Amino acid sequence: MAVWSLLAVNSLSLGGLLFLLSAGFSLIFGLMRIPNLMHGSFFMLGAYLGASLLQRGYNFWFAALAASAAMVVIGGLVERLLLRRLAGQELAQVLLTLGLSFVIADLCLMIWTGDPIQPATPAQLGGGVRTLGMFFPIYRLAIIGIAVAIALGLWVLIDWTRLGAMIRAGVDDAPMARVMGIQVSRLFTAVFCIGAALAAFAGVMGSPFLSVYPGLDADMLPLALIVVILGGAGSLLGALVGSFIIGLLYNFGQAMFPDLAYVILFLPMVLVLILRPQGLLGRVQT
Amino acid sequence: MARSALSLSNVHAYYGDSHVLHGVSLNLGEGRLLGLLGRNGAGKSTCMNVTVGLVQMRGGAIEVFGDSIGKCQPEVMSSRGIALVPQGRRIFRSLTVRENLAVAARKPARDAKAPWNVERVFDMFPRLRERKNQNAGSLSGGEQQMLAIGRAMMTNPRVLLMDEPSEGLAPQIVAEVGRIIARLKGEGLSIILVEQNIKLTLELADDVAIINTGEVVFAGTPAALQADESIIAQHLGVF
Ligand SMILES: Nc1ncnc2c1ncn2[C@@H]1O[C@H](COP(=O)(O)OP(=O)(O)OP(=O)(O)O)[C@@H](O)[C@H]1O
Ligand SMILES: [Mg+2]
Repeated sequence: MAVWSLLAVNSLSLGGLLFLLSAGFSLIFGLMRIPNLMHGSFFMLGAYLGASLLQRGYNFWFAALAASAAMVVIGGLVERLLLRRLAGQELAQVLLTLGLSFVIADLCLMIWTGDPIQPATPAQLGGGVRTLGMFFPIYRLAIIGIAVAIALGLWVLIDWTRLGAMIRAGVDDAPMARVMGIQVSRLFTAVFCIGAALAAFAGVMGSPFLSVYPGLDADMLPLALIVVILGGAGSLLGALVGSFIIGLLYNFGQAMFPDLAYVILFLPMVLVLILRPQGLLGRVQT
Repeated sequence: MARSALSLSNVHAYYGDSHVLHGVSLNLGEGRLLGLLGRNGAGKSTCMNVTVGLVQMRGGAIEVFGDSIGKCQPEVMSSRGIALVPQGRRIFRSLTVRENLAVAARKPARDAKAPWNVERVFDMFPRLRERKNQNAGSLSGGEQQMLAIGRAMMTNPRVLLMDEPSEGLAPQIVAEVGRIIARLKGEGLSIILVEQNIKLTLELADDVAIINTGEVVFAGTPAALQADESIIAQHLGVF
């Protein structure tokens, strides 16, 4: 019993982390139609930057926010200087972002070498709570809480503010939105930057239990991809639901059927692709 | 002669290699309504799209209230006070009615007498107020047209370009759209009305221009046009 509930908390916290990673991926893919294969690199680079700051003795939250801010800059540069020129050319975007992810992976290997780094959990969030005779690590609970809070914040931003409506107008009909005076290109850059920052934030948040190592990017990207296909591109609620489903399948799959862990992860995605290609909560493209 | 609100001089435009506008010149006087007529495919929409920066002109000049515009970018033209009610309405279908209006809101010029805001649009189109939280895609054609007009007004424009606002609407809705256009003109707005509905245009317009295969073939008053049946017959295909 205790094992199962701990597994559940671990699943939910992995789900929270996956949401932070895939929310941006989903918005970038669903709204801007950019298949951003560097999203895992944003996660890994953020995690490495955070780990370096932590090694220098900075506060955990400062490290997480600084890594996110760095990714706003890097993401913004990539979008403005490179992706912008490839608007509408999905194959070119795939090749560019894939290529950049290799470049970033090599640069990380040069800077941080191949040894994994495992930052300590932040002191304020160490330990656990004991209820119902079980022990829940506070850090994991905090990740769940942060993910849900950010999900709410994003939902309000996109669905309930004028800014969010302007972004959606740009998605509906970009040329007409521009004619109405909406600065579509700036808004899309902002969406891309927010996505990159969230990925980096997730990278730092996850580093105490995932650790940071070469190949972390390639481990995370497929998870984001599955989440978004499962939940529906562009749907934040879909990303949230998909993240928790994948978090559960990942943990329970590895605990119960370690040999089939990947089958269990990818099977739901295949089913969704066959039965409901727009994803569980995705809108049908009109 | 009224001051010029918008003028196109010798404008050329292409889609790829196909030459669509062959040196079009139009002049819209301040506070006036210019009716722009022409057959299907004559180049009317292209004139509008060039003016709002959706299509880049190759050769020619555009002036807005006497200022010449270098490169027409949509955001720039919008900030210069040009608004478009596009052909086919092109409202933001997944946004609610209210959101469609809110996203287009722009502060009016300081000397504006009656600035536009969501409430004022709803006063003009009470049916939109009833449907304000509905998705715009679920509106009827007439309601969508009203939303497209309201959305354009939210930018507090000085020049309004309307591209076939009566297209595909029932006669009583066309009459309502006509009354709205007359009212907007009465408030001093300078308007270009692109239409295939000759009767509606002649009722509303101060000046008329006819465009045929990318060239202006007639420019004058509605009276002058009506006096010369042959022009209508030759260029508008009404026999
Ligand atoms: N996006 C486009 N690509 C290629 N050719 C186009 C495009 N849009 C219009 N054309 C062509 O340019 C010419 C002028 O079209 P335009 O839409 O300006 O005509 P119009 O006068 O507005 O016609 P209508 O009354 O049917 O709206 C037509 O021959 C049309 O086929
Ligand atoms: Mg047209």
